[in-house]
Amino acid sequence: MLDFFKQASGSHETTLAPPPAEPAEVRLNINGQQHTLQIAPWVSLLDALREYIGFTGTKKGCDHGQCGACTVLVDGVRINSCMTLAIMRDGQEITTIEGLSHGKELHPMQKAFIDHDAFQCGYCTPGQICSAVGLINEGKANNLEDIKELMSGNICRCGAYTNINAAIIQVKGEVQS
Amino acid sequence: MNTFSYTRANDVADAVQNGSVKTNFKFIAGGTNLLDLMKENVERPDHLIDLSRITLKEIEDTADGGLRLGALATNANTAYNQKVEERYPLLSKAILAGASPQLRNMATNGGNLFQRTRCYYFYDLATPCNKREPGSGCSAINGYNRIHAILGTSEHCIATHPSDMCVALAALDAKVNVTGIHGEKVIDFADFHRLPGDQPQFDNILEPGDVVTSLDLPKNNLSKHVTYLKLRDRQSYAFAIVSVAAALELDGDVIKDIRVALGGVAHKPWRIKSAEIALIGKAATVENFKVLAENLLADAKGFGSNTFKIELAKRAIVRALTEVAKAI
Repeated sequence: MLDFFKQASGSHETTLAPPPAEPAEVRLNINGQQHTLQIAPWVSLLDALREYIGFTGTKKGCDHGQCGACTVLVDGVRINSCMTLAIMRDGQEITTIEGLSHGKELHPMQKAFIDHDAFQCGYCTPGQICSAVGLINEGKANNLEDIKELMSGNICRCGAYTNINAAIIQVKGEVQS
Repeated sequence: MNTFSYTRANDVADAVQNGSVKTNFKFIAGGTNLLDLMKENVERPDHLIDLSRITLKEIEDTADGGLRLGALATNANTAYNQKVEERYPLLSKAILAGASPQLRNMATNGGNLFQRTRCYYFYDLATPCNKREPGSGCSAINGYNRIHAILGTSEHCIATHPSDMCVALAALDAKVNVTGIHGEKVIDFADFHRLPGDQPQFDNILEPGDVVTSLDLPKNNLSKHVTYLKLRDRQSYAFAIVSVAAALELDGDVIKDIRVALGGVAHKPWRIKSAEIALIGKAATVENFKVLAENLLADAKGFGSNTFKIELAKRAIVRALTEVAKAI
């Protein structure tokens, strides 16, 4: 793998390539459990989760921060895990879709997505749910228009938006009451 | 993505020191634009110097009644900061018009200044681009240029600057605080970004190793009549075709202060102070706003697919100012 990348970059560069980076130790607290990885600095948080630890619930859609399928919570804040390096998140607490439920007890947002049939193919759903949990944490969405705007970073190719919005409204109501 | 080595900077001095001994390096903070460009092989740094742990995240009052925004405060924390919302709502509106919530949660105030153009040819390694590869030519001038610049262009580049936040910072006369190898300096926002000229590879006037530490917003009376009008191909999460940061200070219907900056039309936020000053003391009327619009677009030049932007920008200016004049 490393040789492949060196070759690929070497063909473009006129300057001498830097010495290969040694894998660094990266400590990530994922869903309450500590993981220590030896990974190269160019591994994204998304790839670390999926390829190095096996949390495949977080999806790779566009890998360019445009679709939101890779949304996770870092210290409670939603971000695109494809647009950050795992090494930059050393020591931080990451919550993925696998970490939202308590055993068999689903997170209210997961329940609401089922109640409202808020998915079709399901590929964007982990990102939608993590994003929706982040949206509730932020507390800036006061009505349907706000929810639409503040969920615009999550694309659903099946077009389940109406039901996704209904699920979020349900949870928002539960939080307020 | 090419391989690279990684260093985490402990503080600004550490960042500057690391920058002074490395070549072909990039500073990374939020990474939301840089990593995207690295995945496309548009950027191929040998080293990344991570600024994200440096404690420049505060938003605090300055002695002269303004506000200092830490370079590493996130765009989201800045837009939703109570002092920013109350005293500089134009900035909040502009930030929230850009990107998505997830990206705003990562992107930093300093990093926002370093966004690179979204010109499709800049991103496409198979096509010539003077910004990506100096001297190779500009594919946009005679290509598909719907999103490209109409002001301040050169025969070498017609790229636009993509930031919304920067349009508001230009309107608000922000100052950029920088620390580099030769010490600290303060740059007027209007001077920070540059026009393409014959060196479109340089987006701004910084020297290698310079670190933006904070942005200062001077005190003003422009919190009541402001809007950020962003015209784009979809209603959310898209770059501006044309955007207008507009702010008025009114005494009755007489203009006491006025700011108009345009996004999506040039290599940097577009503002002409003399056109604003000409309206001070005059009535806030559609006729006067039209004069300002004509002055701002006087030197505009279309390249075919983007020629519609000239008229669009004029109408957007008049609409934005008319709306804010009404909002009393």
